[in-house]
Amino acid sequence: MTNSSLTAITAKPAPEGTQSCWSCGTMRAVHFCESCGKVQPPAPVDYFTFFGLSRKLNLDVTALEKDFYELSRKLHPDLNARASSREQEWSLQQSSLLNDAHRTLRDPIKRTQYLLRLEGVELEEQSKSATEQARSSGQLKKQIVPPDLLEEVFELNMQLEDLRMQKKMGEDDPALIEEIGRQRLELEEKHEAILQELQNQWKMWDGMIQRESNGQPVSEEERRQECNKMVDLLNRRNYIRNLVRDVSEVLGE
Amino acid sequence: MTTDRIVGIDLGTTNSLVAFMQGESPIVIPGDDGLNLVPSVVALDEKNQPVIGNAARNSLIANPGRAVYSIKRLMGRGVDDVQEELKFFPFRLADDLQPGEVLRIKLGEKTFTPPEISALILRQLKRNAERFFGAAVTKAVITVPAYFNDAQRQATKDAGRIAGLEVLRLVNEPTAASLAYGLDKKQNGIVAVYDLGGGTFDISILKLHAGIFEVIATNGDTHLGGDDIDNVLITIALDDTLGDLGVDFRGNAEAVQAIRKAVIEAKIALSSQSSVRLDIELPGRKRYLREITREQFEQLIQPVIDRTVGPCKQALKDAGLKAEQIDEVVLVGGSTRIPKVRALVKELFQREPHTDLNPDEVVALGAAVQANILSGGSEATENMLLLDVTPLSLGIEVAGGVTDKIILRNSTIPASATQFYTTQVDGQANVAIHVLQGERELAKDCRSLARFDLKGIPSMAAGMARIEVKFLIDANGILNVAAREQRSGKESEIQVQPSYGLTDEQVEGMILDSFDSAEEDFRQRQIIEARNEAATILAALEKGKKSPAWGYLPTDEKKKIAKMEKALVAVKEEDDYQAIRKAIDALNHDTTRLAELMMDSAVSTALKGKTMDEADMGEGPTAPHPMAKAEFE
Repeated sequence: MTNSSLTAITAKPAPEGTQSCWSCGTMRAVHFCESCGKVQPPAPVDYFTFFGLSRKLNLDVTALEKDFYELSRKLHPDLNARASSREQEWSLQQSSLLNDAHRTLRDPIKRTQYLLRLEGVELEEQSKSATEQARSSGQLKKQIVPPDLLEEVFELNMQLEDLRMQKKMGEDDPALIEEIGRQRLELEEKHEAILQELQNQWKMWDGMIQRESNGQPVSEEERRQECNKMVDLLNRRNYIRNLVRDVSEVLGE
Repeated sequence: MTTDRIVGIDLGTTNSLVAFMQGESPIVIPGDDGLNLVPSVVALDEKNQPVIGNAARNSLIANPGRAVYSIKRLMGRGVDDVQEELKFFPFRLADDLQPGEVLRIKLGEKTFTPPEISALILRQLKRNAERFFGAAVTKAVITVPAYFNDAQRQATKDAGRIAGLEVLRLVNEPTAASLAYGLDKKQNGIVAVYDLGGGTFDISILKLHAGIFEVIATNGDTHLGGDDIDNVLITIALDDTLGDLGVDFRGNAEAVQAIRKAVIEAKIALSSQSSVRLDIELPGRKRYLREITREQFEQLIQPVIDRTVGPCKQALKDAGLKAEQIDEVVLVGGSTRIPKVRALVKELFQREPHTDLNPDEVVALGAAVQANILSGGSEATENMLLLDVTPLSLGIEVAGGVTDKIILRNSTIPASATQFYTTQVDGQANVAIHVLQGERELAKDCRSLARFDLKGIPSMAAGMARIEVKFLIDANGILNVAAREQRSGKESEIQVQPSYGLTDEQVEGMILDSFDSAEEDFRQRQIIEARNEAATILAALEKGKKSPAWGYLPTDEKKKIAKMEKALVAVKEEDDYQAIRKAIDALNHDTTRLAELMMDSAVSTALKGKTMDEADMGEGPTAPHPMAKAEFE
């Protein structure tokens, strides 16, 4: 099964201003008609295009929220409850697209993942089950354990196993708990550092998109490279986050 | 008045209400007993006719086998889910229930599904509203607990349809309450709504922003409420009677209901008194006496109300907020009248909660506000918009019995997710999809919503088909599914097998049933009204015969009247309301002259200085026809 939430992402963005309102004929009707207020049939666009944004990763979340509220006031089914059944259906489609887009874009990680998928990158699942599945099928995935963390993680997993056993026996080793707690703190710092790195990577990406929109050609290879850097960072981040989750679970928090 | 009037309905575990936006503020529409609350109790009378509300409540003790309460607890649930409920509630399941069938409850000799019983309550509210407006009501907004899952929502919508109501929107109860509160306090900020009702608990955290009510997180327990507090007290009383009186009343429905009634009264009294004395007459001339202090009561209910803490903390966590970031806390639901509950909320959110609006009515009032928004809005609701969330994650079962979550809880609705499926073997025509709801990792721990069978996939090699399945949760929080095979562009037929719930055909059948009985009800009412009217005109005629005007009437006219009178008296006792009406009309026609003469004599009597009473007239001089048709609702 493939990843979720990719509603017709392969479709070309609808060129703005070329559509006319189905009801009153006014031009420039995108999601709703600015002249008569009627909801328009949903165009199969990606989330960035839906909000009239270019595919940049640094985005103004406050402005996004403002747009979200304004569009909600036009598209929400509650406000189109008296319209024809066809318009009600459009309103449902449009507002679910609006909500899906807002939910994805406002979150930095989801936004990055979504962009990568738009760029044709298949992201590996980092969930426990996916990892188990990959292991059992003998597949080696570079992102299962980031190489530089290998030793540390091995050590930590041993300690976690020890603590689990102790807890089962009803014992308690304060030194071990303290040690694991310290490692968790380290992991959290690493997590922070990765997010910082990811933001730097966004700048690189956005710069590239800007150059492209200025008419400078961007090679496929450059695009691919920028994507891969982000994929690596996301994998590292997921891995560490899952580890922190495991530690918290064992520590009983 | 438009015919498009939409009412707001709070279909509660204990009580139900119907409300409407009158001008700029919502009001609750009372029942014919003048009371706002319609107890959510349904009973069958001796003629197997349903009785609803206060009238039915008496049957709970007198004839417990013919009455049912708290049916909301069974909405959208399967036999396996309700085993726990059956220990505490006198629900009598039908004997012939098949596995996988929707629950049916015995009421007398008949059986009903929970949506049908809820529909009877809804129909009562519908009638109350119709009497209030003097016009038909066919559209409604109905509230549901925020933490209701898809099956429970669907069951509620089905109940509306069975009752002859088009359910324009299901609104979450805490959200509805926030609308009622928000109406006169248009402000921005973070609000927590703590809703502890008769059978359900919800916590919702909202962001208010220039008229937009945006839910950011919700949590709850659909089986936690005042009922559970009652059950703690009932259990103690039953244990006591077993120990002290040596009588086991546990299987005695009559005794249990008598105890239940008494402990509910005691519970309510303990919100304002420091102690209360239980004095219950039990069958077999036994008597149960016990003093309960508020302190004891609070200790007893602590485990119940503590169960609200977890959901509150989870909601805060999901919202990414600390308790001190909450600007306002609103209390909803009758159980929040308990001082100990208020203290708990205050401690949880470190804030004095709002209680300005009646906690029993605020949800219905909010539903009326939402109904107003749906009908196009008014000055009072201008700019108001509700953005609600789905309380539970939606998932698909994948290999190994694992849940793959595709729409996470607390996602703003409508929300959608698209999944792609393919075939495993050459020429495979069907693909089965198992849809789940819940937060657990394994499919078996989540709620099974439905199994979808994609059918009619064009024949192609294994793995070649690319079936796009779109899952969409609508603004009611109900799942919709659409599937399309992308390579052929062929729409796949989806066959839905809801894990719990009625099929469309079943609902249709129930609507017809209720139409049938609605017709019967209508006929009965018409007969009663026609007889009343006949009695009125016959009484007026008796008066007329004694009036001086009678003497002025020609003999043949008197004869004619006597004949018509006889005809009406004869037909009056029959069950044909149309025949009664005909006879009334005929008599009315033939007494027009008499009426005119009576008017004349009435006027002249008045001129002679006599009062109307002395003239033996029931009506004032403005009455054009003393035998005018009686007015009934």
